[in-house]
Amino acid sequence: MTAATGTVVRNRWLSAATWRNLLRDYPIVPLTVLLVLLVILADILSPGLVNQGWVTSIVRQATVLAILAGCQTLTMLTGGIDLSVGYVASMAGFVTATFVHQPGGWPMGVVVALVAAALAGLVSGIGVGIFKVHPLIVTLGMGLIVFGFSNVWQLQSVQTGAGVPNEIHTIGVGTLGGIPNDLIVFVPVAIVLILVLKRTGYGRMLYAIGDNPIAARLSGVRSWQVLIVLYAMSGVLAGIAGLVQSGLANTASVTLVQPYLLPSVAAAVIGGTSILGGRGGYSGTIVGALILTVLGSVLSIVLPEPWRQIVFGSIVVLVAAAYARVTAEG
Amino acid sequence: MTLTATDLLLEATDVSKTYGAVVALHNVSLAVRPGEVHALMGANGAGKSTLVKILTGAVSPDSGRIVVRGRERVSHSPADARRNGLVSVYQEPAVIPDLDIRENLRLTQTAVEPFRHWLNELGLENLNLSTLSRRLPLASLRIIDLARALAIEPDVLLLDEITAALPANLTERVLEVVQQQGSNRSVIFISHRLIEIAAVCDRATVLRNGETVGVVDVAAGSEDKIVELMLGESAAALAERQDDAGAAAERRQKTPRLSLLGVSAARRLHNASFELYPGEVLGVVALEGQGQDELFDVLAGSERPTSGSLLVDGKPTSFRHPADAIRIGMVYVAADRAEALLMQRSVRENISLPFTARILQWGWINLGRERRKVDEAVDTLQIDARAGAEVRRLSGGNQQKVTIARWVASGVKTMLAFDPTRGIDIRTKTQIYVLLRDLAAAGAAILLYTSELKEIQLACDRVIVIFGGEVVAEMPAAQADEVALLRAAHNLKPGSALPEEIAASRPSDKAAVQAAIESQSATVNQS
Amino acid sequence: MSATSAPIDQPRGGGGDRISTFARDNAWTLGLIGFLAVLLLFTKYVNQTYGLDSLASTATSVVPLALAAVAQAVVVLSGGIDLSVASQMALTSCVAATLMKGYPGEDVAVVIVVGVLLLGLVLGAINGALVVLTKVPDIIVTLGTSFVWAGFALLVRPAPGGSAAQWLKDLVVGPIVSGIDVIPKAAVLLVIIVAVIWIPLSRSRLGLSLYAIGSNPLAAFRSGVAVNRTKVLSYIVTGFVAAFAGLSLTASTGIGTPVPEPTYVLISIAAVVLGGVSMAGGIGGAFGPIVAVIVLQLIRDDMTFMHVDPNYGLVAQGIILIGVLMVGSLIQQRRSRA
Repeated sequence: MTAATGTVVRNRWLSAATWRNLLRDYPIVPLTVLLVLLVILADILSPGLVNQGWVTSIVRQATVLAILAGCQTLTMLTGGIDLSVGYVASMAGFVTATFVHQPGGWPMGVVVALVAAALAGLVSGIGVGIFKVHPLIVTLGMGLIVFGFSNVWQLQSVQTGAGVPNEIHTIGVGTLGGIPNDLIVFVPVAIVLILVLKRTGYGRMLYAIGDNPIAARLSGVRSWQVLIVLYAMSGVLAGIAGLVQSGLANTASVTLVQPYLLPSVAAAVIGGTSILGGRGGYSGTIVGALILTVLGSVLSIVLPEPWRQIVFGSIVVLVAAAYARVTAEG
Repeated sequence: MTLTATDLLLEATDVSKTYGAVVALHNVSLAVRPGEVHALMGANGAGKSTLVKILTGAVSPDSGRIVVRGRERVSHSPADARRNGLVSVYQEPAVIPDLDIRENLRLTQTAVEPFRHWLNELGLENLNLSTLSRRLPLASLRIIDLARALAIEPDVLLLDEITAALPANLTERVLEVVQQQGSNRSVIFISHRLIEIAAVCDRATVLRNGETVGVVDVAAGSEDKIVELMLGESAAALAERQDDAGAAAERRQKTPRLSLLGVSAARRLHNASFELYPGEVLGVVALEGQGQDELFDVLAGSERPTSGSLLVDGKPTSFRHPADAIRIGMVYVAADRAEALLMQRSVRENISLPFTARILQWGWINLGRERRKVDEAVDTLQIDARAGAEVRRLSGGNQQKVTIARWVASGVKTMLAFDPTRGIDIRTKTQIYVLLRDLAAAGAAILLYTSELKEIQLACDRVIVIFGGEVVAEMPAAQADEVALLRAAHNLKPGSALPEEIAASRPSDKAAVQAAIESQSATVNQS
Repeated sequence: MSATSAPIDQPRGGGGDRISTFARDNAWTLGLIGFLAVLLLFTKYVNQTYGLDSLASTATSVVPLALAAVAQAVVVLSGGIDLSVASQMALTSCVAATLMKGYPGEDVAVVIVVGVLLLGLVLGAINGALVVLTKVPDIIVTLGTSFVWAGFALLVRPAPGGSAAQWLKDLVVGPIVSGIDVIPKAAVLLVIIVAVIWIPLSRSRLGLSLYAIGSNPLAAFRSGVAVNRTKVLSYIVTGFVAAFAGLSLTASTGIGTPVPEPTYVLISIAAVVLGGVSMAGGIGGAFGPIVAVIVLQLIRDDMTFMHVDPNYGLVAQGIILIGVLMVGSLIQQRRSRA
């Protein structure tokens, strides 16, 4: 009797249907399993690799990616996207660095950087929410504008000199009792994002607009308000990511974060957020960012750079295809 | 009467189709003779459109056989179906908006000559083929779609509500053309305009709730049978309302909840005027496209009226956005669930959607309070699904209940219910009508548009009838039986011919048919 | 004919019909050319030495980007998008350069060019098949494949290098008639390639089908268009043109570079939109984006002539992009509300 139930229980866990339903309803479970498997794989391929140093390095890299992927998660939930985050983030890191020798010092730089980032997002939000231009185009254009201004700023700052302030650098590379410092920045951000999406009315509005903008309107939602705030928030988040990255790399550059742009979209997609809107969440995105970072590490053990890219791209398509299958109607 | 297979041009048997939890068609059969004009009738949601889509290859059935001219045909796509001799003309024309007419013809490999011939027959002789489709009015696009279908010379031509929103002269031409199709071609004609059915159709197959319930010869007196088949015994389920004249008079003493004076909007509502009192259920009846959609859109806050005044509780009001209407307790229940529901989200999220719509409500959600309100609404509506379930997995009836539950949970002062029971099973329909009555009894004012004429008397206190964008009739529910409503909906003045009388006079008395149609559509605005 | 209704009656067509159809179909492009003309006048004002030969060299330098924009235009007007265009360019360019170095010889190069064009077809076919079969939105599929193609480019050419056959290089360097510097070969080649591919395509049933699925996929389906097959074909054409773009890169630089220029994809999309192709699909053509690419480059050049920081050129491009669309969207909203 016990053997029989034991068999039943074991079979249920292995059945494809169970995993399909999990992927559809609680994607964080199979994602976490995948992450753990990848970590194990890393250790198999390079025994002893998985130690505190490695974990710390992974967490650091994943932090920047996760924050940027947060921008994508939020915007993708409404059926949009934010292609300006790479340039906005780089701008923020750079501007802060240039304030090191200015009155007000680097804290002033942080304020200016984040305000500028918020403004960029605000304009994007107006383009999307009020003028109803496609978010891809608006944020693309905004990115170019920010990039241009960053370059101008760079030329003007060459005289006064720039350098990543020590404090920011410490956040990037220091540890507090063994825990990487950027978690001090990241954890509150993550908590806020998760709570906003799960427990606030605003979060509900994001899902509603993404799922069915007509239904949202008929229920009294003024989507332009939601969208303007959304893209402004995305800008601020990108700014924060830029600060963390400049601390990590100890570099001030106007293109520092741009390589993270497409991976930020990939992390959100892998984390279960649909680019069509109405579906997804931030906790999945965090795991998605971790998966991508660990995957990058695993791939670099066994594969030369070209193959890493090939596998990376293939996995994005495969995972997205899996989600498309399990969340299809009927 | 069964004919042998070779006598039928088209025979469909045992056609079934299920979408997830919803059974759209169950063992449906359809038999069409050569040269016949065959009506396909049924209430909205009865399965007519699904059957048409299956016949013309747009949707593949779960089971069923389709035989055309004695040979079984399987159509995996509209192109296939065309090859099999089945072509349909849908309500949304299959004309590509960004191409001109000539390019559209090339796309479907339709020869220009026959197309022009049919365009002339249908009354669009002067159409410039280089016109971009997007610039043409819907009526013209429908005619173009029809001409294109005729030019291909199909065996079976399916027309889905072809005359809806067509101006009088075009309707006339279309019906003429339909009647003149020779003995080698048959037409399946979907419409719920009894006059047209009577004028052109030979037989009618009636669907109800996805099943074939009868095949009727269209002749004098068959109206009642058709209507009866369409409605079924749904009427019996609801107890007759007590006609309480005293209560009605009492209601009229109060300030009307809504007062419309000469309201016009879009192109189809002209000069609508009526009053809605708190505590009553006011029914609205109209044929398709008479302005009722626009009326509800204006009241819901989604469309601005171009003229006229709207008073709510005696105060002049205007809405710039549905949020304004919702703020004063005026809520809108849509017929199209796809418009009203967040399909991927849970029942709970759908019901609580209006709770957090305004900026001041964007903050922290009190989950306990939300759960209580949602559960209460779920109970009241008797929704049998978990609050966490994804709404798209629910049955149509439950989905509709969710759209109503949303407002019950936020508080209803005035409810605008637009065909809330379209395509819903009988049991759920009954529950919804009972709920509306209860809401009214508690003081709400309900404006209810329904295409189920039989149920007006069971759910409403009064009825208004809209025709050509105006309110043309008003009567207490006691007088609003189907015949009276049908007459009023067709704007037939007392004493003019009823559909069956016109039907009896065909085929030779074309003039009478024309007169009736013209009086019907005299003020229908061109779209 | 009854007098009561009358849907729009158009005057009967004739010779005037053709012209008005042409004007209507190409309104945006014509307007853009007008804008280019004004811009050229402005440029001449700002920089007296700017002559037709300078315009010619501008045109030459943007050939690869123009071809990338055309490739993107084809897929966007069919209702899709292809983020992997730059990676396809890199891959085809590297394959060509590597093969031409490994198998030198002017005649062999012809075979290599044909082979690379076929490769472009294959890449496009894979993109299209993935979009249709996985039902994943095209933006995500092509995002993924952009990494795959870039990875293969790195495999083929770990570092920039390789070579290009002389005749290939000669195709894009210098004027068509030596001495008359104003008509550069590269520009002529660009126009020829696009004309030979685009004009027959846009007139054919396949071309109409591409517009159809971009304009209204449901109406297209009901009109009998094989929607999935057409979608795959749209990506195949894009891949084909992207291969041309890659070849033009190799021809003009003489080598293959495995890492695609990072702003290429974004600018190809910007050029497409500015060139009158609607993101919603169904509207636009191949020539508008080419003019848009020239306009964008000219704006940047003007900034240089005016001694303005060229980075403001980027800013200007971004502002123009967003601004044009915001205004266009406003107009559309007003019109649909009327």
